[in-house]
Amino acid sequence: MKYTQGKYPIMEKQAIAEDTFSFTLLCPEAAAIAAPGQFVHILPAGFGLRRPISIAGIDREAGTLRIVFAVRGKGTKALSELRQGDAMDTIAPLGHGFTLREDAQHVVLVGGGIGVPPMLPLAAYYGERSTAISGFRSFPQVILQSDLEALGARTILCTEDGSVGAVKGFVTTPLEQLIQEGVDQVHACGPMPMLRAVAQLCIQSGVPCEVSLEERMACGVGACLGCACKTKTADGEEKFLHVCKNGPVFRAEEVCW
Amino acid sequence: MADLSVNVCGVDFKNPIIPASGVFGYGREYEEFYPLSALGGISTKGTTGQLRTGNPAPRIAETPSGMLNSVGLQNPGIDAFIEKELPNLLTKDTVILANIAGATAEECAEVASKLDATDVHMIELNISCPNVKQGGAAFGTSCTAAAQVTAAVRRATKKPLVVKLSPNVTSITEIAKAVEAEGADALSMINTLLGMRIDVRTRRPVLRNNVGGLSGPAILPVAVRMIWQTANAVSIPIIGMGGVTTGEDAIELMMAGASAVQVGMACFTDPYAPVRIVREMDAFLEENGIASVRDIIGSVQPW
Ligand SMILES: Cc1cc2nc3c(=O)[nH]c(=O)nc-3n(C[C@H](O)[C@H](O)[C@H](O)COP(=O)(O)OP(=O)(O)OC[C@H]3O[C@@H](n4cnc5c(N)ncnc54)[C@H](O)[C@@H]3O)c2cc1C
Ligand SMILES: Cc1cc2nc3c(=O)[nH]c(=O)nc-3n(C[C@H](O)[C@H](O)[C@H](O)COP(=O)(O)O)c2cc1C
Ligand code: FES
Repeated sequence: MKYTQGKYPIMEKQAIAEDTFSFTLLCPEAAAIAAPGQFVHILPAGFGLRRPISIAGIDREAGTLRIVFAVRGKGTKALSELRQGDAMDTIAPLGHGFTLREDAQHVVLVGGGIGVPPMLPLAAYYGERSTAISGFRSFPQVILQSDLEALGARTILCTEDGSVGAVKGFVTTPLEQLIQEGVDQVHACGPMPMLRAVAQLCIQSGVPCEVSLEERMACGVGACLGCACKTKTADGEEKFLHVCKNGPVFRAEEVCW
Repeated sequence: MADLSVNVCGVDFKNPIIPASGVFGYGREYEEFYPLSALGGISTKGTTGQLRTGNPAPRIAETPSGMLNSVGLQNPGIDAFIEKELPNLLTKDTVILANIAGATAEECAEVASKLDATDVHMIELNISCPNVKQGGAAFGTSCTAAAQVTAAVRRATKKPLVVKLSPNVTSITEIAKAVEAEGADALSMINTLLGMRIDVRTRRPVLRNNVGGLSGPAILPVAVRMIWQTANAVSIPIIGMGGVTTGEDAIELMMAGASAVQVGMACFTDPYAPVRIVREMDAFLEENGIASVRDIIGSVQPW
């Protein structure tokens, strides 16, 4: 089994910031095989299309997956109104996740805004070998810093307005510094302009970098070809791959930025 | 259990439900949920003469009770389809409809003649795509172009030929008759309706291609109407589709005149939709004491 569909009960619901929620779903079959960087595809009741949300925590013993999402439109609004005990119609786990580098001494996890949640399973894997750089617009959006620390990651918090955190500005400033000190791998998720800047920096410095991309989806499993992402091979040949099946995680050099 | 088997222009289906072209790829992804042998048939992603890369993203937009897509016939080309996908599909104990398209009648005919040499069960010719020799208007929007492309494909193959009609026309029955006259064995309908959505904050269309095809529950009544009108105008069988999400929706298309039913967008909402719909149809027939699903085809009693 690669993925499964079910109506999974919500074991825990938490509001963790303004319009941002954390849910824990009981789905033992999916939790048993889920990997960092994969996502779940959730149907808000009454809608026609599912919503892709990254996996933010995998607990194989408890048989649960955690997701963290921001209310963006009608679908995420409807999901945010569900309560503990309600069920979420979910296909999980989907997609091709991050490469886990057993050999890496120092890994940097770069998360921007609602791109921070998928960094948690990576922090769980790398523990003290990881530094998590998180970027947010301002204090009210800041999430998951203590979760990252509890998993052993060193955290560097950046806000665009400097309202909180060690860095006023973008994630690339501390990333540049860390790269000079030595980084074996970067994993990133966040808004496109951030990913572009992170990818460019890593490619220039020769640091392996993987990015998790977003695209509008229908099937979520690779059948409809809806979620196209333009990529290129090493010899420069361009072709569309699909975020739901080939991704959401791609190597930085693979993506046509 | 009621008798769910149907026959469309000589081809036997164990049940009337077929995932529609473009939503089901070549079946591999949905096989993770259920065996493909549970399906009456599978209509494969539209295949053209050469590889096509498709349109840039976003290709998907949600709409009230439906969705738009502008995938744009992304496919690996007929040779790759025949070599890499078809042999696997033909082992699945279900009817395979190879959906084909092309920019010219010659391209469609070439694709059909390559399929003629395979064991594929049916060819479904999509005439909704732009005809480059006629300024880009879809083959399916003019009787002449629809007739021409049907005739060209008919000459290229002896396989059962299903012509898939576009609903973006003034008179669907005229097109249907033109296609029937050129030797189509069956019709399938409806393809998507052209639509558009705009993000009012950015003032940009949601789709990178600006416009796209509307499918899903929103188009069900259009499909019912067009199938009913067409069933009354031609004598070849119809494979119906458009917005089917439940067994009763499928029954409705069959009462309008369809001999089998394809399921598109519903597969996205519920990956089990095709097999659930088969179950729901069976339950409906049982509850209403109908022995065979064939008894309901065209059974609407209009006022
Ligand atoms: C692989 C992947 C992982 C994601 N992980 C997370 C996460 O962990 N937390 C989180 O808060 N968000 C995540 N997102 C973004 C999330 O899917 C969208 O915010 C959500 O779909 C918006 O739905 P809506 O109904 O609220 O918005 P609407 O604007 O009403 O949605 C309309 C349609 O557009 C689609 N859509 C809108 N925005 C996006 C987007 N950014 N990406 C993809 N589809 C979109 C919706 O799915 C829906 O089909 C992820 C997206 C992808 C592709
Ligand atoms: C994502 C997507 C891709 C499609 N691709 C094709 C295609 O390649 N060829 C074709 O004939 N129809 C294609 N269609 C149309 C469907 O086969 C079907 O006619 C239409 O979606 C109406 O059915 P529905 O309302 O059940 O989705 C596509 C539809 C969707 C949603
Ligand atoms: S959403 Fe269907 S292929 Fe990715």
